[in-house]
Parts: sequence; structure tokens; C-alpha cells
Amino acid sequence: MSYHGGEFDVIVVGAGHAGVEAGLASARMGADTLMLTLNLDAVAFMPCNPSVGGPAKGIVVREIDALGGEMARNIDKTHIQMRMLNTGKGPAVRALRAQADKFTYQQEMKETIEDTENLILRQGMVEDLIVENGAVRGVITQTGAKYYAETVVITTGTYLRGKVILGELSYESGPNNMQPSVNLSYRLQEMGFEMERFKTGTPPRVNGNSIDYSKTEKQPGDDVARAFSFETTEYITDQLPCWLTYTNEETHSLINDNLQRSPMYSGMVEGTGPRYCPSIEDKIVRFHDKPRHQIFLEPEGRSTKEVYVQGLSTSLPEDVQHRILKSVPGLENVRMMRPGYAIEYDAIVPTQLWPSLETKKISGLFTAGQINGTSGYEEAAGQGIMAGINAALAAQNRDPLILDRSEAYIGVLIDDLVTKGTNEPYRLLTSRAEYRLLLRHDNADFRLLEKGYQAGLISNDRYERFKNKEKEIDAEVQRLRKAVIKPDETVNQVMADAGTAQMKEALAADVILKRPEISYEHIAQLTPPPKTLAPEVAEQVEITVKYEGYIAKQMEQVDKLKNMENKKIPENLDYMQINGIAYEARQKLSEVRPLSVAQASRVSGVNPSDISVLLVYLEQGNLQRTSEPETETPASN
Amino acid sequence: MDFDTIAAISTPMGEGAIGIVRLSGGDSLPIADKLYKGKHPLAQASTHTINYGHLIDPDVNETVEEVMVSVLRGPKTYTKEDMVEINCHGGITSVNRVLQLVLNNGARLAEPGEFTKRAFLNGRIDLSQAEGVMDLIQAKTERAMNVAMNQVEGKLAERIQRLRQELLETVAHVEVNIDYPEFDAEEMTLEVLRTKGGAVREDIDRLLRTAHQGKILREGLSTVIIGRPNVGKSSLLNSLVHENKAIVTDIPGTTRDVVEEYVNVRGVPLRLLDTAGIRETEDKVERIGVERSRKLVGEGELVLVVVNQNEPLTEEDQELFRLTEGHDAIIIVNKNDLEDRIDLARVKEIAGDRPVVTTSLLEDRGVDELEEAIRGLFFEGDLETGDMSYVSNSRHIALLTDAKKAVDEAMTAAEEGMPVDMVQIDITKAWELLGEVIGDQVNESLIDQLFAQFCLGK
Repeated sequence: MSYHGGEFDVIVVGAGHAGVEAGLASARMGADTLMLTLNLDAVAFMPCNPSVGGPAKGIVVREIDALGGEMARNIDKTHIQMRMLNTGKGPAVRALRAQADKFTYQQEMKETIEDTENLILRQGMVEDLIVENGAVRGVITQTGAKYYAETVVITTGTYLRGKVILGELSYESGPNNMQPSVNLSYRLQEMGFEMERFKTGTPPRVNGNSIDYSKTEKQPGDDVARAFSFETTEYITDQLPCWLTYTNEETHSLINDNLQRSPMYSGMVEGTGPRYCPSIEDKIVRFHDKPRHQIFLEPEGRSTKEVYVQGLSTSLPEDVQHRILKSVPGLENVRMMRPGYAIEYDAIVPTQLWPSLETKKISGLFTAGQINGTSGYEEAAGQGIMAGINAALAAQNRDPLILDRSEAYIGVLIDDLVTKGTNEPYRLLTSRAEYRLLLRHDNADFRLLEKGYQAGLISNDRYERFKNKEKEIDAEVQRLRKAVIKPDETVNQVMADAGTAQMKEALAADVILKRPEISYEHIAQLTPPPKTLAPEVAEQVEITVKYEGYIAKQMEQVDKLKNMENKKIPENLDYMQINGIAYEARQKLSEVRPLSVAQASRVSGVNPSDISVLLVYLEQGNLQRTSEPETETPASN
Repeated sequence: MDFDTIAAISTPMGEGAIGIVRLSGGDSLPIADKLYKGKHPLAQASTHTINYGHLIDPDVNETVEEVMVSVLRGPKTYTKEDMVEINCHGGITSVNRVLQLVLNNGARLAEPGEFTKRAFLNGRIDLSQAEGVMDLIQAKTERAMNVAMNQVEGKLAERIQRLRQELLETVAHVEVNIDYPEFDAEEMTLEVLRTKGGAVREDIDRLLRTAHQGKILREGLSTVIIGRPNVGKSSLLNSLVHENKAIVTDIPGTTRDVVEEYVNVRGVPLRLLDTAGIRETEDKVERIGVERSRKLVGEGELVLVVVNQNEPLTEEDQELFRLTEGHDAIIIVNKNDLEDRIDLARVKEIAGDRPVVTTSLLEDRGVDELEEAIRGLFFEGDLETGDMSYVSNSRHIALLTDAKKAVDEAMTAAEEGMPVDMVQIDITKAWELLGEVIGDQVNESLIDQLFAQFCLGK
């Protein structure tokens, strides 16, 4: 039995972290959007650790905010603790991390969705897609509803043919015993999508009342008001601490003694797990020399006693989990509330996507989040907002928005996925970004707000405020370049206080600011600005001046590569014709179909020599199009 | 890719028993068949066979050469294209004539290195191999050949790979502190960075020091012979040339005079400059050439100063000694078959560090000592028997120099108290530059290193 459910511009399948950003972005851009989820109580659910942000990830959250997304605002309203990480290092790698109240996080997000114009949130499990002439037309739910739309975004997370594994036990399930989505995966395979099977895991949760915190180290939040969103003005000051403890020899021998019962080693798990999020049994096997591993105890919210045992992700049998927990200092009398488990799920091989996250096989069909082989709420949300924007843009017949690697971590993430694919759940790391000095936490608005505004996701008000900030920074930097400071007693007293060398001759203020010991505050003492600067403006001024040399260096690299980025490759180029390219590289290139030479150079298995040949080939093609006679082969050695 | 057919002489210019003219490209066989007369046309010959026959100049229908022709059909050839190799009699005239014929019948003269370029473009070899092969072609002596061979076989790559691994481990350590700030890995302090950076810099330096030698091995050590008239410069020249097989080269576009000769002295390739000048002037009464000597010394990397044992040291001799101060030079006290009239102690005193060898070039005495002195000067210390991974390619030298600069900048930044993630930018750059030398720059290896080196994750 089926019925006509309605017509929309965009349908979003799933309401996890990718789905909510996709749906909100699309609706906010004016597209009529339907968001379907198989369980309304699982909107923006955090099935694993109750935290948002961290290195690279935290910067993604800010990028989402600059593009007009929701994650930053939502966590600002619902966290129990926030910290700035890497404060002892340079500005490029500073990042915020918040511990979430996972329940209010969900409630808050759901309410935002419910209040959003053009957006319908509905429970329903999508089992099939309506496809006509290679273009998606809509979706069909389990209950027989046929919904039609211009574009569809699939964000199925770990639900897609999900299977929970716990010791010797395994059963079909989504995360946290929710219903899995089975049929859609088979339908995608029938449509010709290549799928891969990934695995991830989660640790047990325990009752906080049964923890002896006196045997652990307290990990409080920062005592400075912090926020992810550039727009947040109200800060949560009442924070909850996390706690640190360690595994020990007893823990390790318990695990070793029970390895044969671990599904990871008994061969029950077929999916590939992530190296960066290994189970405790993995850590002990691979790094058996390490005498102890860290365990962070993280409260899951303000209105619950459940505590997440970070560092103890495991799929060992439940009885072993009880014993492992009790071997850890502070947890001797702990009461486990939910066991840890591993979950396997289907993902599509992401090289089947264009950089817009539209599938190459079916036009109008987008995928985002864990289905694309990533892991992490932030990675999901970053893709979600891009897929939502591009689905709406496509529905509105506008060109897609593609962020490049020098513009955003989101750009790095998507480029990595669609260009290289991934053979394990993909996590963002700052080391994946080649221009991380440009991709800072503090300048996400400078990188992306304009684009969010163009897409229609940023209000005029906010845009105005941003433009003013930009002007103030510029003016102050210019002023510092001209302000000459002559050494006298007061000046050298400031120098002495800062712990830097005395000045012998007059120097421009920006030159002085470049000294590592000198901060903008010192400079403001030496040459006060006409009007006291807001802290975020002062911060930008300081970073701009202080790291000018390094920033210029990275900009140079970006410019160098721009040539290659701008060299476009026709979508339908027949790589198999180009004999000079190694056979393996030809196959890879045919699969990925990169849009630029720069992207081609990042395809794995493609060597610099293949790129030289490709360049020669493209160049020859150009020459032959403009002049009839055969042209000479351009020299390249 | 389809290219036109190219041809070139692929044996060294000069006297030799045979010479080879090589063709590569789709028309190699048809072109050769226009000229070849044998039992069967080459088109019918199986691939990788050698065929006896004659070359005919089709214009005048005249037999030009007796030849052996190799037929090599692509893709199992050096360039992956159809190739033909015509083995003819050696000597410049006959080889040139064959080349000319081939060119008149549809082939194009190959640019230097174009065969290798095709091998590269056709996907037969990678960039660093291509460069190694280029050097192989240009290799002037056996030792230079070894260097080139090593490069092809990846000795250099191995050494650079080791350096990169050091850097990678350092970077991974920095990265782990950044990406996992709470992880209990020891912080990569600037102190550690300094030590590691210093070690890497030294290694790059060592490689760069071999670059000079590599270049000499490839291009020859430019050598000049100076001395007053009639001290035996010409005999010295002849002795070096006759003892060691000389490769004579013309410099095109100047005169037909032979101005440079290559000799291989115990593995050291000498490029003897102005040999025509020496031969010419020594025949006549030579004009006093201090100015000329000064100019020559400026061009030479090795200066051989000849004095006459049969005469007391003159003012002019001493002037020549002064000219060579600070140069690699060897003092040759010649004519020791004649009466000893020179103050040898004085010569040695003036010579200082520069080796002094007494010879009788006329009676062929002392030549061994001279050659040993040349070898000793070039291969100081353990360099000769040690690692043969000389860097001899200018692109590699440039990349290594840049890599060293990047490490330097990282160290300076560390000194200045820049945050570790800024310092890391230059370390990563050094790592990438070294990767470019060996044509490997996959970013993923850092991530792999990170997870192999540290136990990470929640």
C-alpha cells in the first residue's frame, strides 16, 4: 500500500548531526524541506561520547557557525563544561571542546527544528528512493508514503544495516538498540553504489554515585566564559568537572585473558574499525609496552547520573566489562548501567561523490555524515550543512558551493573523502590540513561568513556586524604599522615586564608586536588605540601581525597550488586513452573523475609523473583545438 | 601518447669500434626499411632480433654501410614505443652519415634526453629514475656511472627516506600533542626539536657536500696546466691523455679546435681545459702568459703547476704559485732526469698544503705518484670507499638546499620561542621537499605514523 505523501524541494533522510544541519540549512535557504527520521526521540542523538569539539573538530563547529549552521549555538546553550585546548601552542591549533548535556542538546535541537519555517520534521523510515532517468525524484517510507522532491539528502549514520556486537552476542540494530535501516542499504547497492562495511564502538556507562572520585584527578572546565558561536552572548558559568583515572596491570591481564572472547579477535567483526578510536583490547594488544592508559569519566548531563567511561571502548562480553571496570582506581565499586559494544554499519565508498556531495550515479541525490565513511558528530554536521546547502542550491538551479582545502576544515574533509576515499572511519585531524595556520578557530568567520551570506544563511544584521569587525581589525593593523615607538623609560619598563629585550632604537608598533613575549595588550599600553578594542578584534590584530610571516608563507603555498586548482578537467575525460599515465592511476582517475588537476594530484596511486602527463595531455588538447596542424610535444624534462 | 619518430646517435662521439643510431616512434621501422637491404625487410623481422644487412642511400642508390639492425617493438622497449637501433662502424663520419640518412627519411633529431623523456611520458620510468638515467647518459667515467646507477637503484632514495622518517617521527610527535592535547605523550619540547633538527640538518649537509663530488663525477673536474715555457706542460698533457683514454670533445659554435679533453685518472674525471692552447703555444716560443695563466686558474677547479727541476726557481714560477693560492693545486717538479738545480725544499715550503710531485715525463717517471696525488685530492678521507650515494642532479641539489633552509628556519623559530606548531610548519616543509627529491609526498604517511607511534583514542 502506498500513498502520495507530498511534494517538497528537498528531503533529508535522517535527523542525526548531519541530517539536522542539512535540513536546517535547506529550509533557511527558502527550500521547502522534509526531514524524515526513523525515531523522533533520536534527533541529534549522541550515541557515543557526550562532547563536541576538540582539535580540528572544534574548528569545524565554528565553520558551521560561520556558514549559518546550528551546532555551535546548540552546544553553547547545552554544555556542562567548556575548555580551550592547546592554549600553550600557537593560534592555529587552539580549539574549543565542550562536554554536552546530551539530553538537553537533543531537546534544544529538536525544538529549533520544530520552530524553523519551511521545515517539516516527521517520523518515518525511508526504504526506497524514487529515481527517474538517473535523477532522484523522491523517497518511499516503510508506511508506504511517497514523498517527491527535487533533491534528496541521505544521512543514515550507523543505522544503515547496523549490527551490534557484544562479546559472543550480535544482533541487527542501530546505535543504542534503536531500529536499524536495512532495506535502504540493499536498494542503494541495487542502484549500483559500492558499499563498504565499517565498525565503531562505544564504552560502557556507569552510575556516577558509585564512583570514588577521590581516587581520580579532577578535570574542570575553563574559568573563562567561552562559546563556539560567534553570535553567542550568554554564557553558561555553572560547569561540571570530568575526572581522570588510569587502567593498570590488572586491567590489562583481564583483557589479555579474555581476548579469545573478544569479537575483534574471534573474527566475528568484518567491518574496519578506526585506528584513532581503538577499543581498549586493541590498545593493549598493539601497545603492550604501555603500562597504563588514560580513562576519562565524563558526565552525560545535568539530570542524569550516567557517566561515560572514555578510553574504555570495548566489545568484550558484558561479564568481562564488569570486571574490567572494577579494576580501575575509583571504579572498584562501580555499577555499570549500559555495556560498551561495537557496531558495524554500511557506508558508501565516498569517491562515488562529487565535491558537492552529490552522487555521481544519481543526480540530485546527496549523502552526508557517517554514510560517507566518516566518524564524529562534527564531521557529520560539517558535511550535513554542505549537503543541505547544495541540495537547496540544486533545487533552486544554482551552482554548488564547494569549499577548498585552504578555506575550511570542511573543505579538507570533503576533498579527502571524495578524492581519496577512506578505508577506515575517517576522523579529521589538524594534521590532515596543509594550511592549518589559515584554518584557525578564531578566523572561521573571515573564511566563511561571506559564503554563508551569499547562500542566504546569514542575516543582514549579522553580516553588518561582521563587516564592522573586519574594518576595525584592518584599521588597527594599519595604525600599528605606522605607529612608531621610541625607547624611553616607560617603554622599556613595559619591555622588562614582558620579559623581552630592551629597545635601543625607535620601532614600529607592529615590529614590536612580533616579539614572542609581546602581546597586543602590551602594545595597547605603548600606543593606545583611539577606542578600546573588543577582545575578539584585539585577538585578530595580534594574530595577523604576529604570525604575518608564517601566514604569508602559507598563502604563498596556496597561491602556488591555485594554478593547479584552476586547471579544470572535463568531467567526461577518458583517462584510459592517456597511455602515459600508469594503468593503476588511470583506473583511479576514471573512478574519482577529479574536477581540477590539483584534485587529480591528490588521488591516491597517482604519481607526480602521471600529473605531468595529464598536464601535457590537457595542454595538447587545448593546442589542438586552437590550431589545426599537429603541434609539437611540449617539453617537460 | 603518439609522438613523432626521433633519432639520435646513442654512442659517445669519438673513435670506437661501433656506433649506434637509435630511432624511437611509430615510424621507426618504415623509416629504417627505406634504407635497409637485407634478407627480409625489417617489418617482417620478429621483435628483439638483430638483423644483418646494408644501408642504401635511396637518393643515389648507393651502399653506405654494413650494418646490424636491432628491431625492438613496443611496448617492451626503453621508450615503450617501436625502436630501431642501427649498429654501424664507429667513428664520427660514418655514424653521422647514418644519422643524416635517417633524418632525411622522416625522423627528427632527438633533443638531448628525449628518449628518456618519452620513457617517462609513456609511463615506463618515474621522474627520479628519469633523472638518474639522464645522468647515466652524461656520465663521463665509470665512477660517474656508478653514481648514476645508484641513483636509479635508489641508494639516494634510501638515504633520503631515512632522513624523512626522522622528520616524520618528529612531526608526528608534534602532531600528537596538538591533536590529542590530553594524551599522556611527553610534550615535544623545543629542546627535543632542536636536537632532532640539528641532526637532520647535519645529514642534509653531508649529502650536499657529496653534491660537489657528484657534480664533478658527472661533469668532470675542470683542470688547467700552467707553467713557464718549456717546462713540460705539453708532455704532461700528452702523458695524461695517453695513459688514460681521452674523450675528445668539440665545443660547437666556436672553432674546430679541440679545447677540452676528458681523461679518467683513477676514477677522477678530469676535464682538461685549453689543451689546444697548450699544444699550440708550446710548439712556438710562448709569450709570457701570467695574465693568461691567471684567467685559466680562475676557470679550473684543479691546477697543475709545472716547474723545471733543471732550472732554479724563477720570479715567474713564484708568481704562478701565488696565483694558485687557495686553489686545489699540485706542483709538478719535472725533468728530474736532468741535473737538479732547483731548491726543492724551497718549493715545498712555498707549496705549503699543495702536494709536490717530482717527475720525468720524458722518461715516464713519477706519473703514478701524480695520478695518486690527483685521486687523493679529490677523494678526501673516507668518501671514496664510503657511501656512493652522491647527489649529482641539480634539481636534487636545489631541493636539498631548500630543505636545509627550511630546517634552519624551524630552528631559528624555535630559538625565538615561536609556538611548536609554527616551528612544525617548516619541518613539514623540509619533509615535503625531501619527498620531492624521490618523488614521494603522500600526506597519508603522517597519519599512519601518528597511529603507529602512539596509542591514541578514546
